[in-house]
Amino acid sequence: MSRAQGWRRAIAPATIAIACALPFLLSNFRLFQFTQVGIYAIALLGLNILTGYNGQISLGHGAFYALGAYTTAIMIDKWNVAYGWTIPVAGLLCLAVGFLFGIPALRLEGLYLALATFALALAVPQILKYFEHWTGGSQGIVLSKPDPPRGLGLSPDQWLYFVTLGVVVVLFVLGANLLRGRTGRAIVAIRDNPIAAQAMGVNGALYKSLTFGVSAAYTGVAGALSALAIAFVAPDAFNVFLSITFLVGIVIGGLASISGAIFGALFIQFVPNWAQEISKAAPWAIYGIFLIVFMYVMPRGIAGSLRLAWTRLARVGGTGRTG
Amino acid sequence: MALLEVEGLEARYGWTKVLHGIRFAVEDGGITTILGANGAGKTTTLRAVCGMVRATGDVRFDGQRIDGRATEDIVRLGIAHVPEGRGTFVQLSVEENLRLGAYARREPGALARDLARIYDHFPVLGERRRQIAGSLSGGEQQMLAVGRALMLRPRLLLLDEPSLGLAPLVAREIFRIVRAINRDERVGVLLVEQNVATALDLADHAYLLETGRVVVSGPSAELRRDDAIRRSYLGY
Repeated sequence: MSRAQGWRRAIAPATIAIACALPFLLSNFRLFQFTQVGIYAIALLGLNILTGYNGQISLGHGAFYALGAYTTAIMIDKWNVAYGWTIPVAGLLCLAVGFLFGIPALRLEGLYLALATFALALAVPQILKYFEHWTGGSQGIVLSKPDPPRGLGLSPDQWLYFVTLGVVVVLFVLGANLLRGRTGRAIVAIRDNPIAAQAMGVNGALYKSLTFGVSAAYTGVAGALSALAIAFVAPDAFNVFLSITFLVGIVIGGLASISGAIFGALFIQFVPNWAQEISKAAPWAIYGIFLIVFMYVMPRGIAGSLRLAWTRLARVGGTGRTG
Repeated sequence: MALLEVEGLEARYGWTKVLHGIRFAVEDGGITTILGANGAGKTTTLRAVCGMVRATGDVRFDGQRIDGRATEDIVRLGIAHVPEGRGTFVQLSVEENLRLGAYARREPGALARDLARIYDHFPVLGERRRQIAGSLSGGEQQMLAVGRALMLRPRLLLLDEPSLGLAPLVAREIFRIVRAINRDERVGVLLVEQNVATALDLADHAYLLETGRVVVSGPSAELRRDDAIRRSYLGY
């Protein structure tokens, strides 16, 4: 193993170590923002599995985020279920719904699929308002923040942060294992060349719907965590803009990249705030400029550019592979 | 008994009938070529054999009916397909492409040995195994496509215009390897080609397809002497 590879292996543990230190260094508000980053990272990894790795464009992943959030909120509000159980239920429900949505989506490709999922994103807030009995209509559902286990000495915000971090680590490890093996190769093969993938014996239809399901499950788990973190769900939080923001996140972070989901989450969490600080009058214009600059400077997303920089650095240091 | 026997094969795209009941065979360990101009139905024939287009007719592999089966089942029987235009997975590395060739097999232990065997046939793929496949030259990508198909350890190799867009020297090299594989590993080959002279040299049997019908067929040596073929396809 070369030194460059050794460094590379150290990145994930180092990131987790820093992440574990944050609750003791930051204010509650800052910490909440980082909880949100973790939640977005899960959602973005979900969307990236579908769009980045499998090549199916979704403009409607906010719908699965909403489904996850409402699953958690309704289970706690109506049935008093312990919050920990609502997260896997939200994930499994989204897995099933995503899989079923993936079947008709097989007939649609590229921009046509984008439009179909866009329709989903458009419909969601109104559907949520319609089932008022369950969802609380426009008023939404108010939850209370989960209590941290006694004896740990953590505040509710710190506890929620650690719960989120734990879910992030588990889902990222699972995702990395899925994507780096035989299944991951098949998922990418379908994107790169569907006919050749079929000729290799990959069942494209099954894989595409399963990928849709897994992707929706990730995003649903993120939604469930967001309901807990914000302690409130309301239909208008799950509008079309949220779905577009997810797509922005994976493109800026890096398509078909696992770490890209984290960079993308940092971007969609913090850049709108910075834009607001720079200009209160036209924050979206500033945000737009940020977007364009990022795309110019890092056309392969943040993760892609870092990888390129790393390769060059390793070569200059003489520890990388040459040729 | 022939390795592959096809009778009355018909295929259509929407309302357009592309194959009008064709009949051909590949002998066990033999090479059969299907010749014809653009649009004659050559690619469709290959796709129909491995279940990638809707087709009717009688397709027997090793005596067993395979028509109407799903592609992944047909692949598992040992029919590897090198698709038209190489079908490179451009964002994956050379080695990942090769591993996908063995996707339908469930013997992970044999993988390393098979990779070594492919690098033996195609040393250039071994040198570039970590490179992104999209960065290979056309000839190297065609070698990759053939190597990837061999990862299945197939009994029958379907080759769709392997010489397309390649320099004559590179094409010759690819045909040389196909012949070696056919001879050493007794892999049957069904070759679709526009390059008639080379295909007739390689194959033992040939079929000439015109607008979805077989118009001439027989041993390659006979077809090479056929006046009509000589005038229209060989040009002398």
